Amino acid sequence: MILIIITAIFVNNVVLAQFLGICPFLGVSKKVDTASGMGMAVTAVLVVATIVTYLIQVYVLDKFGLEYLQTIAFILVIAALVQMIEIILKKTMPALYQALGVFLPLITTNCCILGVAILVIQKDYDLLEGIIYALSTGIGFLLAMVLFAGLREQLDLVDVPKSFEGVPIALVTASLLAMAFMGFSGVDGGLKILFGLQ
Amino acid sequence: MNNFKVLVNGIIKENPTFVLLLGMCPTLGTTSSAINGMSMGLATMCVLIVSNFIISLIKKLIPDAVRIPAYIVVIASLVTVLQMVIKAYAPEIDKSLGLFIPLIVVNCIILGRAESFAAKNGPIASIFDGIGIGLGFTLGLTALGAARELLGTGAIFGISLWGEQYGMLMFVLAPGAFLALGYLIVLFNKYVKKA
Repeated sequence: MILIIITAIFVNNVVLAQFLGICPFLGVSKKVDTASGMGMAVTAVLVVATIVTYLIQVYVLDKFGLEYLQTIAFILVIAALVQMIEIILKKTMPALYQALGVFLPLITTNCCILGVAILVIQKDYDLLEGIIYALSTGIGFLLAMVLFAGLREQLDLVDVPKSFEGVPIALVTASLLAMAFMGFSGVDGGLKILFGLQ
Repeated sequence: MNNFKVLVNGIIKENPTFVLLLGMCPTLGTTSSAINGMSMGLATMCVLIVSNFIISLIKKLIPDAVRIPAYIVVIASLVTVLQMVIKAYAPEIDKSLGLFIPLIVVNCIILGRAESFAAKNGPIASIFDGIGIGLGFTLGLTALGAARELLGTGAIFGISLWGEQYGMLMFVLAPGAFLALGYLIVLFNKYVKKA
């Protein structure tokens, strides 16, 4: 369990090591508060989507031999789910809806949701492991978003060469951040030895 | 002439990788070598051309309120077909691209072109737009893949130029992807767009 958590948050960070969810990572990371809002919305949808897609995979697709419909079924479920969460939040928790509202529709096309849903099936996790994996992936996304947004707020204050303005300098920054996260590689191997798994 | 303009537009003025910055996940995730980048670009191009064509044909049949889900179903079906074809005829590509083939569904380029071009133009123009944007994407991915492979392993398309011992492994790994793309956009801004 701890192994899954640490690996998903630090060693195999969704954004910086697996390249999932790059669009929101570059798109809505100009301010720390919007970045953390997006991160939290993604984490919530990730967990719910993983539970639902897992159940669909086991009780519908596997049962009737329809595995080849996986991609279509999952993306439809995720799109419907995001709509539903939006409606429920609007009715029950208007304050939270105000905070997350703008980001929710964007999440449907965030590839980390579909990516994680497929990965959970590919890695043969059971439901509990899947939920923990989804939750820690979401936290990893949140962490990367907030760190990156903090860096970009600072970047606004400095003078960069004209051709570097905007996205290129952000990408170079992201590269340095990814390099910092590479420092965690090998930690998962150490943990495995620590817990006597190897 | 007009269709030709649409084609060139997709390659240079609206290059998805360097100008529109769409579809960043596969751009960074699959370009550890030139050949991987190219196969991802071509796979996306196939889906894009066919989905543009189909959507521009059925655009009058779809009610406005449900058009996005309808587009997604069309795209997801095409991606599933493509996934099966790749698995059957090119298992090595399937292995190296892995998760990113089903993720073509959520590639913003495809949905973006469906919404902004195919929904407003005829089928022939939409095909040309698909070819143009697809070629632009393929070129972007191939260039990025080639740059990373060259700097990372000293080879290009698997042909070694100067032995592997001079390669910087970092460029094949995650940080190199961000760095190489950042610098390629800078070069594109400077020399192609003349910013």
